[in-house]
Amino acid sequence: MSKWIPLWLHKLGSPPIFYRFAGTLRPWFLGLALVAGAVALYGGLALAPADYQQGDAYRIIFIHVPSAWMGLFIYGVMAVASFVALVWRIKLAEAVAMESAPIGAAFTFITLVTGSLWGKPMWGTWWTWDARLTSELVLLFLYLGVIGLYHAFEDRRQGARAAAFLAIIGIINVPIVHFSVNWWNTLHQGSTVRILGPSKISASMLWPLLTMMVATKLYYVASLFGRVRADLLELESGKDWVRRIATENSVPGEQA
Amino acid sequence: MSHFFAMGGYAAYVWPAYAVFFIVLLADFVSPLLRRRRNLRELRARLARQTARQHRSATPAVNS
Repeated sequence: MSKWIPLWLHKLGSPPIFYRFAGTLRPWFLGLALVAGAVALYGGLALAPADYQQGDAYRIIFIHVPSAWMGLFIYGVMAVASFVALVWRIKLAEAVAMESAPIGAAFTFITLVTGSLWGKPMWGTWWTWDARLTSELVLLFLYLGVIGLYHAFEDRRQGARAAAFLAIIGIINVPIVHFSVNWWNTLHQGSTVRILGPSKISASMLWPLLTMMVATKLYYVASLFGRVRADLLELESGKDWVRRIATENSVPGEQA
Repeated sequence: MSHFFAMGGYAAYVWPAYAVFFIVLLADFVSPLLRRRRNLRELRARLARQTARQHRSATPAVNS
């Protein structure tokens, strides 16, 4: 291993150490996610005023937009982890990449369904084949493709490498989803929240949205840690540290 | 309170959206926990079979 990588980071890549590390941190991330989510829901559903054009239907934004951001963010994490997995063959990177896919798929699915439920009263249609909606659907299919390819191989690590290739190639779709509302004329509205320049939304609506963004980020870490832990137990089931966990965790009533 | 649940007439769209959000994320969170428990149970069963086999081969057979 190169000298510039600190020792603790190197150690964290080892499955038994990461298993324990993730097990300790997971409840904290989940707890913070639930608190932030509850605050955001109260702010978004109870405190924020109704929109002058869309009435109360706009309140779907507080889950639709954070979910859409997570769909793209998780794809980025998955692609980076896939790259690390392919170049350095790190088992943990494979687990992070492959276990990110179902979470990203879940958020993308939520984005599509909530968007559809928002589109019906506002646009008068559940679905339209415009650039934003179509590229978001392609994003879901990319996630499903990665999951499917991973499970199509008898050897899990071989499957992970094949799926990692697909994940890296599919990253091209992420900027397409993001800029689709600018590049093409779409029914979907443009970005409301901007990193550069002022956002086109009042503060009473913006803070619940950003709080929910934080909550979904925290939730992602909690869910990812739980999934990677389960994955590492499967990948390393022949190793001593997994056997120790199996024997320690034997439930008294259960036949060991 | 009923005013709140009515969502200005959009209740049929707003509440299902929130329901989907929570149901999907709950399923996402629970599935790895179940998978981990199942794997550990299978591993324990395998270990138990292994030790039983070792135990049998260690003690002299009766019927030979």
